[in-house]
Amino acid sequence: MRFMLLMMPGGYGEAAPGTMPDAAAVGEMMKYNEALGKAGVLLALDGLHPPSMGARVSFAGGKAAITDGPFSEAKEIIGGYWMIQVRSRDEALEWAARCPAGEHDTIEVRQVQEFSDFPPDVQSAAGSLPDLLARTGEHPTRE
Amino acid sequence: MNESVAGRAIDAVWRIESPRLIAGLTRLTRDVGVAEDLAQDALVAALEQWPESGVPANPGAWLMAIAKRRAIDRFRREELGERKRDEFGRVELARKEAEPGFDASLEDDIGDDLLRLVFIACHPILSRQARVALTLRLIGGLTTAEIARAYLASEATIAQRIVRAKRTLTEARVPFEMPQGADRSARLASVLEVLYLIFNEGYCATAGDDWMRPSLCEDALRMGRIVAELMPREAEVHGLVALLEIQASRTEARVGRNGEPILLPDQDRSRWNRVLIRRGFAALDRLERLGGTLGPYALQAAIAACHARAGTAEETDWVRIAALYDALLEVMPSPIVALNRAVAVGFGYGPAAGLEAVEELRFEKSLEGYYLLASVRGDLLARLGRGAEAAFEFRRAAAATANERERTLLLGRAKAAGDVDSATGRSTRS
Repeated sequence: MRFMLLMMPGGYGEAAPGTMPDAAAVGEMMKYNEALGKAGVLLALDGLHPPSMGARVSFAGGKAAITDGPFSEAKEIIGGYWMIQVRSRDEALEWAARCPAGEHDTIEVRQVQEFSDFPPDVQSAAGSLPDLLARTGEHPTRE
Repeated sequence: MNESVAGRAIDAVWRIESPRLIAGLTRLTRDVGVAEDLAQDALVAALEQWPESGVPANPGAWLMAIAKRRAIDRFRREELGERKRDEFGRVELARKEAEPGFDASLEDDIGDDLLRLVFIACHPILSRQARVALTLRLIGGLTTAEIARAYLASEATIAQRIVRAKRTLTEARVPFEMPQGADRSARLASVLEVLYLIFNEGYCATAGDDWMRPSLCEDALRMGRIVAELMPREAEVHGLVALLEIQASRTEARVGRNGEPILLPDQDRSRWNRVLIRRGFAALDRLERLGGTLGPYALQAAIAACHARAGTAEETDWVRIAALYDALLEVMPSPIVALNRAVAVGFGYGPAAGLEAVEELRFEKSLEGYYLLASVRGDLLARLGRGAEAAFEFRRAAAATANERERTLLLGRAKAAGDVDSATGRSTRS
């Protein structure tokens, strides 16, 4: 199962454009990332520039409208994510708990939807089922 | 802390920490069985204490401290009983234990210890079944019950298999060391084989009603990634990881709504997992930077990468795939590889050329009764318009497979091929 660990750093909503974490914090975080990698669970990760460099697209009245950041009213702002592959939700929570985060930070742990999680009607809407009896071509090598 | 919450957290900690814990303890005790017992003791202590105290800040260190204390108690008892004590360097442990900085040195070596544990779990002295079970248990951190579920075996069977494996290792006094020299490549090959066997059982289950058991694939991948981190200079480890990442990327596209298999050309490629494909390509890059000739896993990964690069089945570079199979036959001469090569030739150079390549394998003893041989022949014959012969081969293949889903698929193909008039190649039904 895959999970996203969504990092929401405290105060990131007001961070000035180009704000970067300090070297010490990055060093700690690298150790954590390394631990995830060595345990074979890390699939991907990225950090995001602060919302003051971003924008929001909203759809009030069915029309796209753009608002430049920062977003003063927003509390929980995503600063980055890890995508991990683990055996259980508890394992994902345990990994999140090991993050060297600051006391105002929050990590939201969310399971990634797999295609097979969708009910049949959603699967149908997502794509037509390929012809079951069509020709072959895949022959896994095994002995 | 709520008891069940603590219990679930403890399971998660065990899964994360147990391989390193058992590896470190094996170094102290020189016995995998004893090490696992001690780790279990520490787990029991955690189950007693954590619901009250909460999970400690560094759960791995906590478990290791308890386990070491138990180890020393155990050795003292054995010494009192005047049992063989110098044999496994246990006295040395007690001495080292007293030295300051002991924990720090343990932490530094834990990666090496984990790798030694991987080599022990996959030791050729054990049967393949035993290696698989022990590896899932010691390196994958799976419980006996989880392994039993994955292999549709009873818990007692798996437990006994693991106990016997550990006893075999103890009796043979298999050293806890990094294999060197000529031995190293054979031992590494065994490690990669075990991981591949685990992946394949998940990817294409040999028995049961489900075609795939994806969690076994994930377990194999996770362990493959761990081993690649431990041996970054071994190209074939990256080759295996690349192969597994790319094959795993197709998991969601390989099964239809009712659990039926969907073969590669018919898969909806938009469902292939791009993150895993990218990881597979990255692993291929890593091994190419290491240089040297491509080994069997690297070549298979390169073949898988050809499929991953093709936006549609029609865009597949089958000529390149056929050439890669030629190279694979050189380093891994096997009828199965030759059969796969015939499939690639059939797509790259046409069904007649493919059939010619298959004909060479018809009297291959080791392929006798192998369902894929019949299935491949059936496919090539069908594409040549020889429907009746094709249907015969598909039915033969259906009779030979042990997997229910695959049998249904093959019988369907037999019916479809039989409905095509062999003389005109046109469907006899509208």
